[in-house]
Amino acid sequence: MFSFCSEPDTLDSLRWFACYLTTGVEFNLYLSLGTVLALLAITAPAALVFGFLGAMASRSHFLPLSLLGKIYTAMVRGVPDIVYFLFFVIALDQGLEWTKHQIVCPDWTEPIRQGANFIVCPQAKIPLSTSPQWVHEVYNFFLAVFTFAIVFGAFAANVLSGAMAAVPRGQIETAEAYGMTHRQAFWRILVPQMWLYALPGLSNLWMILIKATPLLFLLGVEDIVYWARELGGTKAAKFSAYPHPDWRIWYFLGLLVFYLLFTKVSEYVLTRINRRLARGQSISGNMA
Amino acid sequence: MTCGEAFLAYALRSIGIGERLLPRSEFSLCQEAVLIGSGILWNLYFGLLALFFGFFIANAVAVAKTSKHPWLRKPADAFILVFRGSPLFIQFFLAYFTFLAVKQQGYLPWLTAAQWGALLVLILNTSAYAAQIFHGALMTVPKGDIEAASAYGITGWPLFRRILWPTTMRLAWPSYTNEAIFLFQATTLVFFSGFPAQGQQGDMLYYANYFADKTFNPFVPYPIVAVYFVILTLGIIGIFGLVNKWLNRHIPQDLRRRVRYRPQLIR
Repeated sequence: MFSFCSEPDTLDSLRWFACYLTTGVEFNLYLSLGTVLALLAITAPAALVFGFLGAMASRSHFLPLSLLGKIYTAMVRGVPDIVYFLFFVIALDQGLEWTKHQIVCPDWTEPIRQGANFIVCPQAKIPLSTSPQWVHEVYNFFLAVFTFAIVFGAFAANVLSGAMAAVPRGQIETAEAYGMTHRQAFWRILVPQMWLYALPGLSNLWMILIKATPLLFLLGVEDIVYWARELGGTKAAKFSAYPHPDWRIWYFLGLLVFYLLFTKVSEYVLTRINRRLARGQSISGNMA
Repeated sequence: MTCGEAFLAYALRSIGIGERLLPRSEFSLCQEAVLIGSGILWNLYFGLLALFFGFFIANAVAVAKTSKHPWLRKPADAFILVFRGSPLFIQFFLAYFTFLAVKQQGYLPWLTAAQWGALLVLILNTSAYAAQIFHGALMTVPKGDIEAASAYGITGWPLFRRILWPTTMRLAWPSYTNEAIFLFQATTLVFFSGFPAQGQQGDMLYYANYFADKTFNPFVPYPIVAVYFVILTLGIIGIFGLVNKWLNRHIPQDLRRRVRYRPQLIR
C-alpha cells in the first residue's frame, strides 16, 4: 500500500502497523464488514415482507392459511434461532437441487438419498461443479440471507400481528360503518396505523438482527468471525512478511467494539425516529 | 442396534458414560433421539447455573445502576452496555481466546474448558440482560408504595427488602421469564463458538449437527432438537408461571400480569 512498506522488517512499530493493516489479506476482513452490512440491507426488508405476509396469513379467515401463518409466527418461540439457521441452510440447498433435478433429469432412476449421500444428477447441481469459486460464494451468501429472512420474518410476524391487534377496534368498526369491505379496511385503515405500534418491536428486532450477524459464520460464509480467526492466528516469520503471535484476542476485541458502536448508533437513531413518530399521537413513544 | 441398546449406550454419553464411539453408520431414529436427548444435560447445566448465579449478580448490578455514586453507577452501566450491546457469539470467542492467553501464561488453565469458561460468559451475559430488566422494574415501583412505607417509618434496608425488592420481582417476572427462555436457547451456541467439546461430549445442537453432517440429512436431527426445546421451554414457562403466581398471590386474579412472549431479550 504505502511506498515504505517494501521492507517490513526494518520498520518502526507505527509504520509497521500501517503496512500490516493495509496488506491484501487484511482487506478480506474489511470487505467482510461489507458482507455484514449487505446481509443487513437485504435481510431487513425481506424479513419485513415475510413477517407481513405471516401476520396477514395468521389473520386470514381461510383456515389452512391462518394455520400456516400461526405456525410460522409460533415457530421461533420455543426453539433457538440457531437450530433454524443450521437446518434451513442445508434444507434449502437440498430442496433447490431436488427441484432442479426433477426438472433437468426426469429419466434419472437412482434414488437421490443413498445412505448418507444426497446425489442429484450432475446437471442439477447448484451451482454447477464447473462454475467458478465466486459463484459458489455468492450462492452460499444468498442461501444464508434467505435463511436469515425466514427466521427473522417469523420474529417480525410476531411483532406485526401484535401491532395489528393493537390498533383500536373502533377504527375498524368505523371503517365498516362507512361501508368498507374487509380488504379495504385492512389496507386503508389498519395497515397505515399499525406501524406506530410496530415500531418499538421492529426497533428491537433490528438490534437482534445486528447481533445475529456473526452467526453467518455457522452458515459457511466467510464472514468477519472467519477472517478474525484466520488473520489473528499466529503467523510465523517463515510464511508471512508480517509475523506476529496469536492476536485473535485483539481481533475479536475489535469486533466487539465494532458491534458495540453499531448497536449504540442504531439505538440512538431508532429512539429519535420513535420519538418523532410518536409526536402528536395518543400513545407514549417509549413503549420499547 | 435396538432402541434399548441405543438407550443404554448413549443416554448419558454427553457426560462421558456409555459407548465411547459415536454412531458412525446405520443411524437409527432411536440413536439420534437418545444421543441428542443426552445433550440436554449440558443445556440444563449451563442454563440452570447461569440463571442461578446470574440472578444474584443481576440484582446487585440493577441496584448499583440506581446508585447516586458515579463509581457504582458507571461500572454497572458499562457492564450492561457491553454485554447487551454485543453479540454473545463474539463474547464467547473473545472470552475463549482470552482464557487461552491466560492459560499460556500459566494461570487458570481450567477456564478454557467449556464447563467453566462458557459458564462464566453465560453468567455475566444473563446478569446484564436481567439487570436491565430488574432496573426497569425497580424504576417503575409505584411512588405510593414508597410513600406509604415512609409513613410507617420504613426506610433504608428494610424499605428495600420488604417493599422495593418484592414489587420489583413482581413487575420484572414476566420479562425475566422471557430472559430465562432465551438464556436456555443461548446455551446452544457454546460448542459452536471456540470452546471445544472434550471427548465429543456436547449439548443437543452439537449432536444434532454431528448427525446432520454424517447423514447429510437435516430433516431428522434438527426437528428432534426442536421437540426437546419446545418441551424445555414449556417446562421453564410452567415453573416460572408457578413462581409468578406465588409472587402475585395477594393480588386479585384479574389484575395479575400475564407472562407473555416478547422477543426483545434474545442475544
